[in-house]
Amino acid sequence: MSHQEQLIPHNHVLRYTFRERLVHWIAAGSYIYLLCTGLAFWTPWLYWIAAVFGGGQISRMFHPWMGLVFTVAVGYMFGMWAPQMHFEAVDHEWWKALPYYITNRDDKMPPAGRYNAGQKALFWSFFFGGLLLLASGLVLWFTESIPWSLRWVRYIAVLVHAATALLTIGNFMIHVYMGVFAERGAFGSVIRGDVSLAFAKRYHPGWYKEIVGEASTSNDLPPGD
Amino acid sequence: MSQATLRVQKISAHAGSIPGRDTQRDLQVCKLVDTTTCIGCKACEVACVEWNSMPFSPTVFDNTYQTMPETRWNYWNLILFNEHEREDNSLQWLMRKHQCMHCADPGCLEACPADGAIVQYSNGIVDFQQSNCIGCGYCITGCPFNIPKFNTETKRVYKCTLCADRVSEGLEPACIKSCPTGCLHFGTKDDMKDLAETRAKQLRDVSGFAHAGVYDPPGVGGTNVIYVLHDADNPELYGGLPSNPQIPLAVKLWKHPLKWLGNLAIVGGLAGLFIHYLRFGPKAREEEDLILREGKRP
Repeated sequence: MSHQEQLIPHNHVLRYTFRERLVHWIAAGSYIYLLCTGLAFWTPWLYWIAAVFGGGQISRMFHPWMGLVFTVAVGYMFGMWAPQMHFEAVDHEWWKALPYYITNRDDKMPPAGRYNAGQKALFWSFFFGGLLLLASGLVLWFTESIPWSLRWVRYIAVLVHAATALLTIGNFMIHVYMGVFAERGAFGSVIRGDVSLAFAKRYHPGWYKEIVGEASTSNDLPPGD
Repeated sequence: MSQATLRVQKISAHAGSIPGRDTQRDLQVCKLVDTTTCIGCKACEVACVEWNSMPFSPTVFDNTYQTMPETRWNYWNLILFNEHEREDNSLQWLMRKHQCMHCADPGCLEACPADGAIVQYSNGIVDFQQSNCIGCGYCITGCPFNIPKFNTETKRVYKCTLCADRVSEGLEPACIKSCPTGCLHFGTKDDMKDLAETRAKQLRDVSGFAHAGVYDPPGVGGTNVIYVLHDADNPELYGGLPSNPQIPLAVKLWKHPLKWLGNLAIVGGLAGLFIHYLRFGPKAREEEDLILREGKRP
């Protein structure tokens, strides 16, 4: 079976539909706003960032609303991508082979599908991280409404919000690094939607096979590295 | 918020040095509340509202003499009543003037993320600067005494200023001035501690309150409002005065280990990714994809 309708002339293949790209950038834009204003509130040494976004009061006012935008985008992504994000046998193997991936010996990697295990882990970390940030963020948004007898809810919320944000920041940095710097062609794919067949074959051999079919996995294309 | 020109020794969320720290000798000011001579007349409540020109705030009747359940953004000073039944079944009417304690280690200031929204003057007064406040409410989380109160209209937080405006002009706070029984005193911390200890000793030796003592909780570095209590072993009886107030553990963890571990991880992560790129570079170069020949398409 193959999905050759995804093929684009000049050896390219559609990787992200317009809908996927749009939702990705709504999530990315809102996340970057949340990251910048959040870092301003995180440490005095970065409070100047709040000035860039209109001052501390304005940043405080829009941070929770932008959080809702991010929540909606992540929720939409969940509906769109969750079925493709289940961990399969190849993903466990891929995860074990991570040192090869990190040191750019991609020929030694098990054949990842449309998403490799790292991408799947990123998806779930942002999904569950988003849930925790939303729950703790609602407490912080309406902190004055929490009665004194339930103050422990506030104590949990400040810790959960900061710790979860830090975890997503770590994943965000790796995500941007992989997409912009490490995997050439990935950044273009989330803007224009397509990748080269070489890219598909190199990083997502399982997905490549799905699209071009079994018959075409000969050595027509240059090897990955 | 006061417009007074007091020296500042602590500033919330401030990167860099503190302009007023250690530049001037200053006595720690202190308010002494003797709960054993308070008659619950609420003159201090009225004086506070009046001096600070705060709008009328409706009272809440709960079948006691208490004006309302807790302080409000525009009601900074509240007498808390408790009808306490002692072991011998006799009734004791406990009254405590509740307001900001002006902690030496203020949890509000510790939690605040806005530069200059909370300051501590060199005389010990902790004051909110609403023009710098961003209304996040972290001070509410940081305070162990339930003091900062949020105004939903202005999106700012308010509390007792210890009449910093009056004190800077050499006057006593408005509540002190209004007290008819002399249960409120104002002076230096040392003098007020002496007076409080003398009174507590009198209560123990003469008045039969064996557990009388002074409330100046060390968990927050001491406070610039101190109490004389008939029963210093059970401060909770006095409208829930915490027996060992501390900056909440969550706030301490958040503002110290978590912050420094997080900062280290972010900076270390950025450096690590940069070094990774220097060492390994991109996984493959786009040129390799461009040499694909037409017609090789599967």
